[in-house]
Amino acid sequence: MQDFSYIAATTIPEAVALLDEKGESARILAGGTDLIVQVREARRDVDWMIDIKSIPEVNVLDYNAATGLVLGAAVECYKIYANDAICDAYPSLIDAAKIIGGTAIQGRAGVGGNLCNASPAADGIPPLIVLNATCVIAGPNGERELPVEEFCTAPGQTALQKGEMLVSLKIPAPESNSSSYYLRFIPRNEMDIAVVGAGASVTLDAAKETIVSARIALAAVAPTPLFAEEASALLAGREVSDEAINAAAAAAQAIARPISDMRGTAEQRTHLVGVLTRRALNGAIQRVQEAT
Amino acid sequence: MARRSHVQTTINGETVEFLCEPRQSLLEVLRDELHLTGAKEGCNNGNCGACSVILDGRLVNSCLVLGVETEGKSVETIEGLAAPDKLHPIQDAFLENAALQCGICTPGFIMSAKALLDQNPNPTEHEVRYWLAGNLCRCTGYDKIVRAVLDAAAAE
Repeated sequence: MQDFSYIAATTIPEAVALLDEKGESARILAGGTDLIVQVREARRDVDWMIDIKSIPEVNVLDYNAATGLVLGAAVECYKIYANDAICDAYPSLIDAAKIIGGTAIQGRAGVGGNLCNASPAADGIPPLIVLNATCVIAGPNGERELPVEEFCTAPGQTALQKGEMLVSLKIPAPESNSSSYYLRFIPRNEMDIAVVGAGASVTLDAAKETIVSARIALAAVAPTPLFAEEASALLAGREVSDEAINAAAAAAQAIARPISDMRGTAEQRTHLVGVLTRRALNGAIQRVQEAT
Repeated sequence: MARRSHVQTTINGETVEFLCEPRQSLLEVLRDELHLTGAKEGCNNGNCGACSVILDGRLVNSCLVLGVETEGKSVETIEGLAAPDKLHPIQDAFLENAALQCGICTPGFIMSAKALLDQNPNPTEHEVRYWLAGNLCRCTGYDKIVRAVLDAAAAE
């Protein structure tokens, strides 16, 4: 592996000052399950690794039924799904946290790092989009917030500017009669990268028959994970029906612009967007309807 | 070259001090600096699980942890499992079930199984298979490994 220096920062200002000073040659180290591999395989040139795991703010995992979830940028996947209240409130996040790598990866990797790695196929990102997450970003000029769907700008590229780092993700408290679902297509049962991923969140009316609002997000069908805004809007006010869900799935397919690669062809991926969008929506609706 | 850092950690219950470069993984530190060669290098990218160790109670791939990150932490490796005159029940179960052939993956599987049984003493077959999905074996076809873990759970 290339030579680099390691610093364990203990405060946000310390990490931000280091990032600002070192610029492109510095990289934040959280779980390291992407970064260490990228450096070892010479896919990323890093002179400084700034370990943030000793910073309290990035380790926060705080759920409050009234105010929602604060998910620190370095919180590992296993801590997320070990929390019953979070499992109940944000099931799509749990669907993803349980399939990012295997057990040993989930012991180190977190959803914040999954976001910052900015893979188009990241399983952690569609749930953040459908759950309306906001990125809390610290930088030389203080703190700013950004909707998560605007965070990834290209494969491996994010909206983070020089000296900036992700501190946490804020997810609003779930509304009543709402739920969410994430799934991906892979040719095996476990330990694989999404050919296509789809997430959905829905809020139903009190009778659980009409969709009040919905959000749909897609992975691995564009240079970044996508928020399917038009497809989501089509569902507002519609009765729960195959017709409404098929219309949303078709609208989601319309914004997919996949490539053909070793995991699948563009044609197969476009087809899968339709199938997985329907399944994600039906999965989320079923979770609302089965809840007592 | 970056300076070698002094790191103090606990390995299999004993306080250990070592010097390492930031770029050395925990796996490299274990094998090359401390001569604990039980953890194996397979893929060196987090896919195969041959380097699995337990870090502060959590299963990790030691190829994806930097040695310098283990300052003040506790590491469990395959070398710490057996008592001087007695194998660990998981090791016994692997032998009884012939759950290994070439053996390269075995330390990783056993550490992974230990991490599972430490937190879930009575897993279902389904739970065992999913938990072990990050450990690859090219010899056994997995069935004997799964049966060994289930036997070890019943014996403990």
